[in-house]
Amino acid sequence: MADRDRQGLRAILAVAVIAVCAAGLISASHEISAERIERNIAERMMQSLHEVLDPSLYDNDLIRSQVQVIDPDLLGTTDSVQVFLATRGGAPSAAIFASVAPRGYNGAIDLLVGVDAEGVIQGVRVTDHRETPGLGDQIEISISDWITGFDGTSLSDLPLPQWAVTADGGQFDAFTGATVTPRAVVQAVRDTLVYFDENQAELFERAAAAEADAAGAEMATVSDPARAPLP
Amino acid sequence: MNGAGTHFADGFWRNNAAFVQLLGLCPLLAITTTLVNGLALGIATTLVLIATNSVVSLIRGALVPSVRILIFVLIIASLVTTIDMLANAFFHDLYRVLGLFIPLIITNCAILAQAESVASRHRIDRAALSGLATGLGFAAALVMLGGLREIVGSGTLFSGMEFLLGEAARDVYLDLPYDGMLAAILPPGAFFGLAVLIAARNYLADRKKPDPARREAAAIRQ
Repeated sequence: MADRDRQGLRAILAVAVIAVCAAGLISASHEISAERIERNIAERMMQSLHEVLDPSLYDNDLIRSQVQVIDPDLLGTTDSVQVFLATRGGAPSAAIFASVAPRGYNGAIDLLVGVDAEGVIQGVRVTDHRETPGLGDQIEISISDWITGFDGTSLSDLPLPQWAVTADGGQFDAFTGATVTPRAVVQAVRDTLVYFDENQAELFERAAAAEADAAGAEMATVSDPARAPLP
Repeated sequence: MNGAGTHFADGFWRNNAAFVQLLGLCPLLAITTTLVNGLALGIATTLVLIATNSVVSLIRGALVPSVRILIFVLIIASLVTTIDMLANAFFHDLYRVLGLFIPLIITNCAILAQAESVASRHRIDRAALSGLATGLGFAAALVMLGGLREIVGSGTLFSGMEFLLGEAARDVYLDLPYDGMLAAILPPGAFFGLAVLIAARNYLADRKKPDPARREAAAIRQ
């Protein structure tokens, strides 16, 4: 009896020691890596923003002039969507939407859509998806250049019904074996353009305010709060 | 020397995790749509196998039999999580390719089987060697199945090599004069491909060393 108790105690002790070691290992590696992971992600974010918007088209700090918007019908998600508003010389020049194509073959497809102030697509990229490898994954730029077919298109030179895959009577090619995936992406890009068209002015106003706020906050932290400049 | 060689052959060929033990089929079937995908998962799995086998072997003296499986799972899960985070931080480009596969490794029972049957009973050098052999055997299976499905399914080979080996490797890409049969890329193709490869391995193994039991069974049937 005492022997069995001792066996049980040893088992509990062994598991506890291993669990503590495992937790220590994980939190140590989290400590070492968390900051770098965040920096890698931010760097990658900037890289992908530059893929959908030429850096020469703006001169503001994109990461700072971002706003969150919610529009489940046009932006594809009930969550808030990040929008980066680009300006050049103070004038609105472009916007990048992190919109979502909700009806992919295997769930939602995350996109980045760059649109200039005239509503012309500057670039579209897929940032995350779970489409079938070898089929739907041709929406990735690394696998096929299909996604560049959006460059230079706009609502004004392509009427709304033409914003569909060829199988639905539209302008955009689907690829072999997959219609659902391109259809979802085309719809999402079209809806993003519609949203931008309807909300452009308000978006840039909000971004300007956000950017001013961020700049103000930085001033306040740098200088003595008591001597912060009056508004 | 001979012992090490036998041990290696055991993990790589005689008890190949994928073709003989049929372990780790979840990542095996899910990932092998191209040769490069298979290779990437194979490399990641091999690294995890060596690490878990070494750690399990080091603490084997303190193992309590009734809770050993729990301890193995704790070790495997925490090592894989650590590798996942460190790779994300310090090898970010590689992580963008392998990152998808690393969490899948936890579902690979071949790792648990190695911990249980080899690592908890042998010295660290032998445990690590066995992990290496099993990992390479699994990787070879992944590469063959991935290559087979890519050739039959897409009519290409080595697509995506540049993610693993850098831009210079883009040129090894092969485009065969054949459009591909979709079924091979879809899940059923994974099962058919695996069946073909297991049959091929059994044929080779039988030819090399006729199994007396099997010959006997054939004789009785006649």
